[in-house]
Amino acid sequence: MTTTDPSTTTRAPRGRRRLGDVLFAGGAQGSGILILAILAGVAAFLILQSFDSLAANTANFFTTSEWHANTREEPAFGVAALAFGTVLAAAIALVLATPVAIGIALFIVYYAPRRIAAVLGYLVDLLAAIPSVVYGLWGIGWLVVQLAPFYAWLETYFGWIPLFAGPVSTTGRTMLSAGIVLAVMILPIITAMTRDVFLQVPQAHREAALALGATRWEMIRMAVLPFGRPGIIGGAMLGLGRALGETMAVAMILSPSLVISWFLLQSGNQTIAAHIALQYPEATGYGVSALISAGLVLFAITLVVNMAARFVVSRRKEFA
Amino acid sequence: MSATKLSAPEQTVPPRPTPSLRGRTLPKYLPPALLGGSAVVCAAALYLLDRWNPAVWAILAAVLYTAAVTVLSAVVENRRKAVDRLVTSVVYACFTVAMVPLVSLLWTVLSRGLVRLDGYFLSVSMNGVTPSMDAGGVYHAIVGTLLMTLMAAVISVPIGLMTAVYLVEYGRGRLRQAITFFVDVMTGIPSIVAGLFVVALWILLFGPGHTNGAAGAIALSVLMIPVVVRSCEEMLRLVPNELREASYALGVPKWLTVLKVVLPTALSGLTTGVMLALARVIGETAPLILTAGSSAVSINANLFEGQMMSLPVFIYSQVRMGGAINYERAWAGALTLIIIVMLLFLAARLVSHFFAPKTR
Repeated sequence: MTTTDPSTTTRAPRGRRRLGDVLFAGGAQGSGILILAILAGVAAFLILQSFDSLAANTANFFTTSEWHANTREEPAFGVAALAFGTVLAAAIALVLATPVAIGIALFIVYYAPRRIAAVLGYLVDLLAAIPSVVYGLWGIGWLVVQLAPFYAWLETYFGWIPLFAGPVSTTGRTMLSAGIVLAVMILPIITAMTRDVFLQVPQAHREAALALGATRWEMIRMAVLPFGRPGIIGGAMLGLGRALGETMAVAMILSPSLVISWFLLQSGNQTIAAHIALQYPEATGYGVSALISAGLVLFAITLVVNMAARFVVSRRKEFA
Repeated sequence: MSATKLSAPEQTVPPRPTPSLRGRTLPKYLPPALLGGSAVVCAAALYLLDRWNPAVWAILAAVLYTAAVTVLSAVVENRRKAVDRLVTSVVYACFTVAMVPLVSLLWTVLSRGLVRLDGYFLSVSMNGVTPSMDAGGVYHAIVGTLLMTLMAAVISVPIGLMTAVYLVEYGRGRLRQAITFFVDVMTGIPSIVAGLFVVALWILLFGPGHTNGAAGAIALSVLMIPVVVRSCEEMLRLVPNELREASYALGVPKWLTVLKVVLPTALSGLTTGVMLALARVIGETAPLILTAGSSAVSINANLFEGQMMSLPVFIYSQVRMGGAINYERAWAGALTLIIIVMLLFLAARLVSHFFAPKTR
């Protein structure tokens, strides 16, 4: 297998370029370039359509929280509260989901009986197959009802922590509920990534640790976790990207208001994606264009997070 | 550090009486017995205090068991073993915690959805049904979902498949790297942004306020293309190189090799991948609210004219109406949607099971 003679490798023999070859290769390459064009188009069209409202906006787009865009005269709107809510919801989801996901991955790879491990992994993947709107329905129709008394308890005993300060929302339609549902939704993503990298830990490392008398946990701490760290970080960031852009669960569960609030147990806050879904049907005047500018901010945030995640994950591949 | 320890003279260590090479261990029956014991104790305590609640009971029992087994292990065995047992309990708990939403979600959707899911619900639309009327169904939404998903598949499968072919068979250098990277990035595009993209495109092409099924389908295909590329690429890489080389050796041109040897070999895998991608986009809601409208009530089988309802948007709009009957419709719609998704998954599994190439 050398590179000196291409005709011995998988490349097609050199000769007259056949028409079929040219067309097929061109079509394949064209499709690839089309995908790049679509991605560029997403950015370009969003920027193009947001100009309209951003030029007419009388408030500072990045520091204003109010949203008066459904007018032709002097619209004033900004994404400050929306961007804050988006990051807050995703952060809650990430904090709740990451430790559990690592635990599940450890369970499937190292703790569960071999024979049923695959089935258990399949069960976790099943969580990823459920449509987000069904999560939203489950959240609003079942979960918030169960969580409301828990929130009251949390406020009674932990109300001194500013995050959990009252008065508690009696409906349970709070930021914390939205964060919990988002956590369930990103759980399978983080688990899948973490499980993959745990499976790649060299057996020699693990056996060496066990041979030195390590308990199972010591083996995991010394051999598995250091090896798997980039995969865990990458998986968590992919989950973060998903949580940032998730629309329906938040739109259906949260009872929104455009304020910046740290109180997780009160109704309030709103995310960019949910705001767009809720406002779009009633948007008039500069409304649609303003929502597109909000979407552009969301696109930029998720793009940065996803690119960073892919970078972390691909670095691991190079070193492994 | 270890070197200094090793250099300590061996003979100064007094010989310790060790009855056996292994330290004391907890008997094997103890952890299950402890778990059962703490469950019973917690149940009794909650019952006596008149605070019975299954969730509180499960949490208390788990905490009590973990504490008991850790303390016992620390006393009888040693600190390291105690930490090991503690972590084992935590890891098992993590998995149990993840199963709670899955089981409760499936159970709620099933029990509440079955109330309304019947032949009537599946075969009529919402045309002429006022929100609180005890009538109406989901037929128009099923038609819309199937049509839009089908059109999305027709757009994205050729593009995705050809891109995968490019990445595996032709791609080299920077373009290949760029496509691989940006396909990965594209997987992370929020679905609502895909919807906004089509909205922006439609405003440019047709002016503001146009919603139709085709717009929804294009938004869905933006989300579907990267998934198709990823799964097809994986499947094409599984095709052994020997098959390609044998084909070249017979003088078959490269494009025919791909078309007649590589793709048929990977066919079952490709089908599975496409079906999983379909299952993913069939539940998308946000882009369809923006592009296909959220207020259609009658059957519309024309992708290019008028608003088009879909199952996910149906669920969402019923929840927004908020009445008891609307929730019943939403649950039944959710059950229908989950059944369709599960059927797709099942079909994908069956295809990959029965039509996989016989490699041995």
